[in-house]
Amino acid sequence: MKKLLLTLLMLPLLAFAAADLELNTPAISALKSSMQARHGQLAGHYASGAVGLTRDGLVAIKDANAVPLKDRQAVNALVSAENNDRNALYREIANANGHPEWEAEVRNTFSQRWVQKAQGGWWYQDGNGWAKK
Amino acid sequence: MKNFTWLLLAAGLVALPACVTINIYFPAAAAEKAADKIIDEVWQLKKDGEPAAPQDKESK
Repeated sequence: MKKLLLTLLMLPLLAFAAADLELNTPAISALKSSMQARHGQLAGHYASGAVGLTRDGLVAIKDANAVPLKDRQAVNALVSAENNDRNALYREIANANGHPEWEAEVRNTFSQRWVQKAQGGWWYQDGNGWAKK
Repeated sequence: MKNFTWLLLAAGLVALPACVTINIYFPAAAAEKAADKIIDEVWQLKKDGEPAAPQDKESK
């Protein structure tokens, strides 16, 4: 009886230990590979300042003039495809953890971490507009 | 003594859902860790040959 009681009392403690977010779903893996493949094409545009990181965890054209006219269409398409993936990623992470309402907070966390991990020279938005890292 | 036992049991039962409820709050630290892991993979910030290796402290 005493043992049972102890076990019952310990259960809540175990609940606190729940640590990592679930990331191993097919949808999240697919989004990751897709974004990883696209990064090879985007990296140069981050460096040139053509594309920057936004406050809402997405990417945007920051300076279209940094891209030759003939390539602008392609960069626009890259940005829009990347944003589709990023939006889906934030949504999928929230869903995979059973809390769709966490999407905004997941997005917010990512927006800070993208900037934190960006290379020097890349552009990002802060409260005052575009800034160079 | 028996009363006391029941009291403990009741307390435990009350405490359990309370602790489950705490899970509705956004786990900020876990989210940050998850974001770092995904960003490292997408931007390939980890050295070659150790894909998604469990990175411990350092990293920042």
